[in-house]
Order: sequence, then C-alpha cells, then structure tokens
Amino acid sequence: MDLESLTHKSGEWLKGQGPESDIVISSRIRLARNLAQYPFLSRADDRVRVEIEESLGQKLVDLPLEKPLSYFKVHTLENIDRQLLVERQLISRELSDNHGSRGVVLSDEENVSIMVNEEDHLRMQVIHSGLALDECWKEIDRIDDLIESEVTYAFSQQLGYLTACPTNVGTGIRVSVMLHLPALVVTKEIQKVFQALHKISLAVRGLYGEGSQAMGDFYQISNQVTLGKTEQQLIQQVKEVVPRIIFYERQARTALVKENREGLHDQISRAYGILKNAQTISSEETMHLLSSVRMGINLGLIDDLEIPTVNELFIHTQPAHLQKIKGTHLESGERNVARASYLRQRLSGRHPGEAN
Amino acid sequence: MKKCRRCSKPATLHITEIVNNEVQTLHLCEGCAQAYLSQQDHPDPDEMSATAAKLIEGQDLDELDHLVCPNCGITFREFRSQGRLGCPHDYIAFETELMPLLENIHGSTQHCGKFPKRAPDSSQRQYQLIKLRNELRSLVEGEKYEEAARLRDRIQSLESELADDQPASGERHDA
Repeated sequence: MDLESLTHKSGEWLKGQGPESDIVISSRIRLARNLAQYPFLSRADDRVRVEIEESLGQKLVDLPLEKPLSYFKVHTLENIDRQLLVERQLISRELSDNHGSRGVVLSDEENVSIMVNEEDHLRMQVIHSGLALDECWKEIDRIDDLIESEVTYAFSQQLGYLTACPTNVGTGIRVSVMLHLPALVVTKEIQKVFQALHKISLAVRGLYGEGSQAMGDFYQISNQVTLGKTEQQLIQQVKEVVPRIIFYERQARTALVKENREGLHDQISRAYGILKNAQTISSEETMHLLSSVRMGINLGLIDDLEIPTVNELFIHTQPAHLQKIKGTHLESGERNVARASYLRQRLSGRHPGEAN
Repeated sequence: MKKCRRCSKPATLHITEIVNNEVQTLHLCEGCAQAYLSQQDHPDPDEMSATAAKLIEGQDLDELDHLVCPNCGITFREFRSQGRLGCPHDYIAFETELMPLLENIHGSTQHCGKFPKRAPDSSQRQYQLIKLRNELRSLVEGEKYEEAARLRDRIQSLESELADDQPASGERHDA
C-alpha cells in the first residue's frame, strides 16, 4: 500500500454495504493498550519513544493476519500525508499532531489500523461498513491476542488494562457506530436523542471522533464507561440503542416526505444542482449539501447517483485529499475552486482521473 | 450570519454539546472552532482535575499534589493538570486518590473484561470468576433465573477448585 494510491480509492468501510447502511455508515471498535515495561507517553522521552516505535513497528507488520499490512513511520510523513490519513479516519488527530517517533499499521482494505505512540503505546481499531460490531470485535480481539503473544501489556487484576488516561482503563475499549441522521437534524429531534443517550452514559461525537463537530449530519455513538463491564456488555449497549435511533430517523424521514414531498424533493434537487454546477464551494457547504443528496438517494428522490460515490465524496472533497488529487499545495480559496471542479466531474459521471 | 462567539469573524461552525444535561450550542469561526475542538479532544483535564479535587475534599489538596510516583516521577499535581498518568505504576502510587475518580467515571473499580492469556493459570481462573460473577449479576437483573442458577453452579465449582489450589487465599491478592 502506498499513500499516493489512497486518493484514488476508498476504504471498505465507505462502501455503503452491510446491514442498515442507509443510516449506519460504519462500525468501529478500538482498544487501548500499553507495554508494561515503559512509562506512558507523557513521561516517555524521545529515546524511549524510538525504542517503543521500533520494537512494536516490526512486530506489528509481522502479525500473521490474512490481510497484508503496511507500516508507516508517521513522524517521517509530510504534513499533507498525515492530514490525508486523518481525513480517512485511519489515524487520529492526536497521532498526527504528536511529536517524536510514532507509527501506524494499516491493512490494504483500510479496515485495520494500529497506531503506535498515540495517547497510549498502542491504539488498535477495526472498522467495517454498516452495522457490524460483532465482526469488528472478532477481528480486533484476535489482533489483540496476536500482539499480546509478542509483548507484555500493562495489566492489573483489579483495574484491567492500564491506560494513560483513567477514562480508558479496564477494557480500554471504545465501541462506536457512525450514523447519518439528516432527518433528525432537520426536525430538531436530534436533541432528544442526545439527551437520551447521555442518560445511559453513551457519548455522541462528530465525524472525526473525539471532539469534532457533526459535519454532514454524521454522528458517532460510543460507550464512555470502560471499567466494570465486559467487552460484550459494552458492545451490547451500543448494539441495543442503534436500532432505536435508526427507527427514529426513518420515522422522521417518513414524516418529512408526508408533510411536504414537493418541498423536500425541491430542496434535495437544489442541493444536487449546486454540487453539480458550483464554481467555488467550501468544505462545510459541500458536507451540508452532500448530506441532503445522500438522504435523497435513500428516499428514492435521486436515482442517478450511488451511495458509495456520495460516501466517498464526503472524504475526497476534504483539504488534504483535494491537494493530493491535484498534486499541488492549494490555499483555502484555491481549494474551493478545485473542490467545485472535482464535484462537477464526479457528479457528471466522469472520473477526474480519466482523460478529458 | 452569526458572529463567532470568540472573535468577530462569521461563525461557520455550530457545535452542539450536552453539558450537565443542558444542550448548548456554540457558534464559532473555523479557526476558533479548531482551537476549541482540539482542546475538547479528550475529557477536559480541568474538569477531571476539578472532579479529582472535589472527590478528595477534606484532605489537604496541597499535600496530595506533592505525592510522587517513585517509578516515573510524576506528581499528583502534574496528573491533575494534564489528565494523563505517567506510568502503569501510578495506579498503585496514587491508588487512594484515583479510586474515587474511577468510581465516579465508570461506576466501578473492578475490571471484569478480557485478560491477558499469558497470566499465570491461577490468575486466569480468578479473572474467570470475576467475569462470571458479573455475568451472574446481569442475568439476575434480567430475571433470567434458570440461566443464573446454572451459572451459579459453575461459579461454585470454580471457587472450590481455586480453594483447593490455594488453601490460604480465597480472595484476590494483588501484587
């Protein structure tokens, strides 16, 4: 796998397949682990960071998984490549912005990502398209076992896997499901959903996980508690709540159609029209309009565009992707022009990579 | 268009958050939003530190702040200010201070999930017991009494096995 090829394809988790994939974009499980013999990153000097990165990096690439793995030394990557990996959800902002020796192992299909020297020594994640938490767990559990046969994790009988932040201690697990909830946003019902989730200790985050805002009406629902419950119980809690949110979103969509079908059809068609014709467009506006279009396809109001294309456009119209596609550095204004041009080409059915 | 709450640029990002059950919406420009969000990347250390301070109220915070982990050298004050521990040993060095914090965050201070397969055989069975007891609790809560009864039998046989192996230490013995 090389980073240049990434810009021309998209990860498996964006394929728009799997159960409930009209609303559930992806399912993800990550585990936080630390090596017993080293301090956590906040007390690790450069030399220790190098030692951890070098010893783990090799072991991780050699893991006997069916999928081929590639290792990237993140500290040697250009800014734009680190940003590219963040936009694709393959690494966190924290890993991108950290200092010192650090790395990431990625599978070709982009389902597996194992970060070295993030907030913890190891942050591993498996991500799949649609509602597929059991698959994610099966895979990440196995990867964790394989790594554990090579290293000694910091673990205590009482507190489980020990992590740099006490909010992750115990299982070190974060179970999350990314949902597209445009109708709940339009009808303002989303606040009620947030409040209900908050009451059962589930967190709601935006597209880029911890701390990001809800761009394009995407929301990630995840567990907050990590100690005192089994991984299965924590997965189950998210699994139980998601169908209810899907139900509310479908209900809100039906209500929107029923109330004012022409109005909704008009709004969605205009969104599509702008995306197909704009000459300059910001990232925020793109996300907002793509969200309308995505719902339009699911409601059968747009029939000449596929969900995987829209899913991909959410990612490919972001700054680092655009610049990689264009092969040059672009300022914000130039990016808006490049974004509009890219959207026009993709939505007219002609791929920008193809000859004019 | 709304103005950014922190500067006078137009607010292009609208962040909705729930703080203490209240919905709050923040209108920010891109720059301020980035700054705001990167601060929010993790549970606010200030908030955690405030909770920590509150939880150990009645004790001399100043004195606690000077607690030092003999292994990595981090002080409790440093942990309170950055929200990150320095090494695995901190969980022992700051045990008295951390336990109420963990109880507050997770509602529990006993792990019952996965455990390393490399752990010695006797610990493996201890972990297994903790896990099964936890399952038993949720079965009883879910009023699944038949399954619960079966699980109770398994727990009892595991307990007696463990008691046979280590006559003197029925309870856990942390290092």
